[in-house]
Amino acid sequence: MFMPAILYIVALVGVPFVMAFVYSVSDAKVGSVHYHFVGLKNFIDILHNPTFIRSLENSFLFTISSQILVLIGSTILALALRDAFPGRRFLRFLILLPWVAPVSIGSLGWKWILDSLYSVITWVLVRMHLVNQFDAPMWLGEPKLAMMSVILVHTWHMMPFATVILLAGLTAIPSEIPEAAAVDGAGFFRTLFQITIPMMLPIINVAVLFGAIFTFTDMTVIYILTRGGPYDTTQVIPSEAFFTGILGSDLAEGAAISIFLVPVLVIAAYLALRSAHRAEVT
Amino acid sequence: MAVVETRKLTKVFKRGNVGAVNNVDLESREGEFLVLLGPSGSGKTTLLRMIAGLEEPTSGDILIGGRLVNDLTPRERGIAMVFQSYALYPHLSVFNNIVFPLKAQGVPKERRQKQAEWAASLLGIQHLFARKPRELSGGERQRVALARAIVREPSLFLLDEPLSNLDAKLRASAREELEQFQERIGTTTIYVTHDQVEAMAMGDRVVVMSQGVVRQIGTPADVYDEPADTFVATFLGSPPMNILPFEETLVGFRPEHFLPVGVSERPGASVSYSYHIDHSEYLGAELVLYGVMVGGAFDGMKAISRVPSTHAAGLTDGSTHTFWVGASDVKFFDRVTSKRTTASRLPS
Repeated sequence: MFMPAILYIVALVGVPFVMAFVYSVSDAKVGSVHYHFVGLKNFIDILHNPTFIRSLENSFLFTISSQILVLIGSTILALALRDAFPGRRFLRFLILLPWVAPVSIGSLGWKWILDSLYSVITWVLVRMHLVNQFDAPMWLGEPKLAMMSVILVHTWHMMPFATVILLAGLTAIPSEIPEAAAVDGAGFFRTLFQITIPMMLPIINVAVLFGAIFTFTDMTVIYILTRGGPYDTTQVIPSEAFFTGILGSDLAEGAAISIFLVPVLVIAAYLALRSAHRAEVT
Repeated sequence: MAVVETRKLTKVFKRGNVGAVNNVDLESREGEFLVLLGPSGSGKTTLLRMIAGLEEPTSGDILIGGRLVNDLTPRERGIAMVFQSYALYPHLSVFNNIVFPLKAQGVPKERRQKQAEWAASLLGIQHLFARKPRELSGGERQRVALARAIVREPSLFLLDEPLSNLDAKLRASAREELEQFQERIGTTTIYVTHDQVEAMAMGDRVVVMSQGVVRQIGTPADVYDEPADTFVATFLGSPPMNILPFEETLVGFRPEHFLPVGVSERPGASVSYSYHIDHSEYLGAELVLYGVMVGGAFDGMKAISRVPSTHAAGLTDGSTHTFWVGASDVKFFDRVTSKRTTASRLPS
């Protein structure tokens, strides 16, 4: 009964995963048929590569800051969408759109919004006399701004998913609990921070950990918006692995880069599954 | 001065629909245990929630301690409420549950500790302070919910079916405990229930509600012995009052007053009927008879009788006997409005 599922996982996940390990300890190149075992040489090499170190730092920065923003934003959205009001269904649908639409289409839209010449944001800021038209910010062309831009676009993309999870957690709280808090004299913020959020903690953990794993392994937004640029300042581990291994033909080093974070991700996945299990039990 | 007063209080959930609560005028007395009694959907919980400030009235006024509170939030009303599910905060220990209202009020830490110990000692739950709600039994949860409600000494207690989650045996002891507890602390209490036994046993006064309307307000004896209409007459008492049509009126008498001739010890006039027993239920202390009247004004109509087991000899299924009911135990209701009317002549 489970055979098709097992075959599917083995063929599409298992085999490439094992191949990545095999390549990472070899000197395999795209187009070459030779295979020599070289031990941990590739790992030692990438640790001496400043671009890799930069990508590693960026990966953490990208993941942590986008998850913090997602967490704050989705909590606010979930709270706003909890109580019934006219048009709530439509609004819920709208909020889901960034998640449902292909990320490439969304990111292409953002590419234009953040374009150096045609940026609508720059246009608005110029009209508001907040920036000089001839010295406008290059949203994707300056290292700090580019990093900020990819983080914000990724946040925009991840927010709906987290909102839906948190909304589910929020609606699971019996309505009598916040009512009891209201009668007990708690105001909005006391109820939020001492009752609602603590009660949602297991489900928040699930949302954050899944979001973090997804973000850590994703390169779509970066690939479309900046290609890791300018000067590799927005490069993250997955994009660095792709550029090195596929576009740069160095399969072995690309594989080493991509499995460098496997231990971290395994721990994160374990934690995610455990808190998912806990959220179920309590 | 009334602790709580409602004036023409109305709640309509969906415009155009019948109100869940309609024009309710209510006045509780200082220290009173007032019970709102009615079947589900009668509007009693909605009424309670409006008093608590959890539901906004469509029209009418609510006064607490003489002050109009319509526009005040629950926290500004100075009341405490125990919910049907108890609504304990599951992630907080019993102690932190109890002091939560005090923290919200900004009571200093030392006084919080003292107040929590006082409230817990009243309910005998100090030993549970460190536990989480999920580690408590139903009865313990109820006590924690009560402790959380009294800890800041509110002027008014609202209780929404707090016993309905307990099993039958525990419910009886919890009922007695709650009653004594209320007497001891003397706080005015409004208690919602659909259980007539609870209402009769605990209430100083009972407010009988149906379809959002108050049918009768009175002491348990008032509403039981002198029901204002056929709804109150049949809702209270189990089995319900016999209501039989006669000319322009409805004639009502309770099963326990409809007894074999000679059994009643009440002096005074009485009227007797021939009664055929269809079947009976033996309940230990008493025998409940289901049968039909034979001949006379009520010929062929069904009636129920409740006879003490000590007088049940010979009352077998299929037999016919002469039963009587004391004239003072017969109530009359208007056939159209179903309200009480003064006695017309006694049918025989």
